Amino acid sequence: MNLTIFQLLNGLTFAALLFIVASGFTLIFGLMRIVNLAHGAFYLLGGYLAYWLATWSGSFWIGILGAAFLIASVGWIEQKILRLVKGVELHQVLLSLGLALMINDASLVAFGGDTLSVPIPDILKGPMPVFGMLYPKYRLFVFCAGVFVFIALWLIIQRTKLGALIRAGVDDAETIEALGIDIKKIFIFTFMLGMALAGIAGALGGAFLTLYPTADSEILVYSLAVVIIGGRGSLVGAAIGSFAVAMLATFGQVWFPELSYFVIFGPMALLLAFKPTGLYGKA
Amino acid sequence: MKKVPLTLTFSGVLLVLALAPTVLDSYYLGLLTLILVYSLLAMSVDVMAGFAGRTPLCHGALFGCGAYAVMYYVATLGGSPIWGIAFALGLVLLVSLVFALLAVRTSGVYFLLLTLALGMIIWGVCLRWTSVSGGENGLRGSIRPNWLLDPMRFYYFVFLCSTFLSYALYRFVSSPFGLTLKGIRESESRMQSLGYNTTLHLTIGFCCSGLFAGTAGIMYAFLNSFVSPSSVALTQSVKGLLMAIIGGVGTLFGGVAGAAIIIVLENLVSSMTERWSMVLGGLFVFTMIFAPSGLLGKFRQK
Repeated sequence: MNLTIFQLLNGLTFAALLFIVASGFTLIFGLMRIVNLAHGAFYLLGGYLAYWLATWSGSFWIGILGAAFLIASVGWIEQKILRLVKGVELHQVLLSLGLALMINDASLVAFGGDTLSVPIPDILKGPMPVFGMLYPKYRLFVFCAGVFVFIALWLIIQRTKLGALIRAGVDDAETIEALGIDIKKIFIFTFMLGMALAGIAGALGGAFLTLYPTADSEILVYSLAVVIIGGRGSLVGAAIGSFAVAMLATFGQVWFPELSYFVIFGPMALLLAFKPTGLYGKA
Repeated sequence: MKKVPLTLTFSGVLLVLALAPTVLDSYYLGLLTLILVYSLLAMSVDVMAGFAGRTPLCHGALFGCGAYAVMYYVATLGGSPIWGIAFALGLVLLVSLVFALLAVRTSGVYFLLLTLALGMIIWGVCLRWTSVSGGENGLRGSIRPNWLLDPMRFYYFVFLCSTFLSYALYRFVSSPFGLTLKGIRESESRMQSLGYNTTLHLTIGFCCSGLFAGTAGIMYAFLNSFVSPSSVALTQSVKGLLMAIIGGVGTLFGGVAGAAIIIVLENLVSSMTERWSMVLGGLFVFTMIFAPSGLLGKFRQK
């Protein structure tokens, strides 16, 4: 019984991390119609940068903030490059894939192939009692961070003017532009926001999932699954998708350790058979 | 520039390929064999990307699937190569069918995403299912039958196979079925209203294309006697797609040139630095920005 609760909590914390990665991914996809396949690479790079900053400065928080800031800046450069093939979505996606390969290789050069772990502050170290058992504090912190990001994003998107513009942009970017609003600025903001989230996720995930050269692909597949399940551009969809994927991945690892990757595939397939655009996706 | 008749180009290329082993040493012969194997992969990608208008990112996984299956059957289970090939083809067909059923109803970016995710699942399974796939170490073992051990004989074997299969692919895309795929690329709704079952056509097209990718993978396993998760990884799909794009999307045989360019470049770069994946990524970015319809396509237009 206790073990099940333990796994449940593991699933929840992993879902929170996935949500932080996938929310940025889905927002960019929804608004700009770009599937940024370099998202996983940015997650990993964010983790590495956080590791580097945190060990150098001795502060985990500087690591997170620095990673978010730096990855957002790299994101700014990326959207400039993506602009070169503007208009053809497929080419943009493939271009981002090429960038992903380059960023990964650059990360490998800079940080080596060893498994690294972002150092966490003392206050988050060790276990604490939850539901009558001991659970790592840090994972609970990640869970809280995920919930915080969800609420913050939800408030931005549902309650601010900028959010209204983003929502309108997801539905029909051309009309927004025709109304005299500089959609380009919104694009850039969303892109950088998504990238910053990838950087933050890298920093958070780098402390408990560790950082290693193929981590980017794994996170990318999970994020893809989240977006495919949740539908493009939907925050709630991303939250539900993250939850589903994380639970399946966590329990899959316990029940079928060797085929855990395969387990997330089942519900994805089922969903696609009935609703190819995902739960909350618009055609 | 005066236009060279296509038949002349083809006979020239075939003649060069047929005579090449007489002058090449074993290293370059291996390289040439590899180019032929990858040409098949590139062409199989082009069937989907160029003719059906659905750019796939899972063909590297299907390729790897074929390679793993034949390695597992022959090297691990100790079966005969012929049955190994049959087993691998059957498995690839099954996997392609599942992929097709899930993916063909989507198009454009969504198709790309789905096939990417599906291909990554194969990669994940190969990486984690250690008892079957050998995990990170992969599978190793010579699976070539004795009569193919000689590199030159093996080259001719691959040469004959790939020539035959290329011709088969050519007939496939120029058949009424292939033309229907083209029609779907141009407008799926129009084909539907003309009474074509587009989903069925795409599914069959995808399976055929997947089978060819799998065949390339089987030949790769025969050539290398080794397969590891990196042969199934995304990079492999990217490589296949890039070959097809460089050769010119929708030209089919352009894939041969694309494969030759990429493989030669890979060997050249790998002999100098370890940064091949950086170069591959850069090449991809460069191609997408400056020549999305293919480098060779650019030359042809002039």
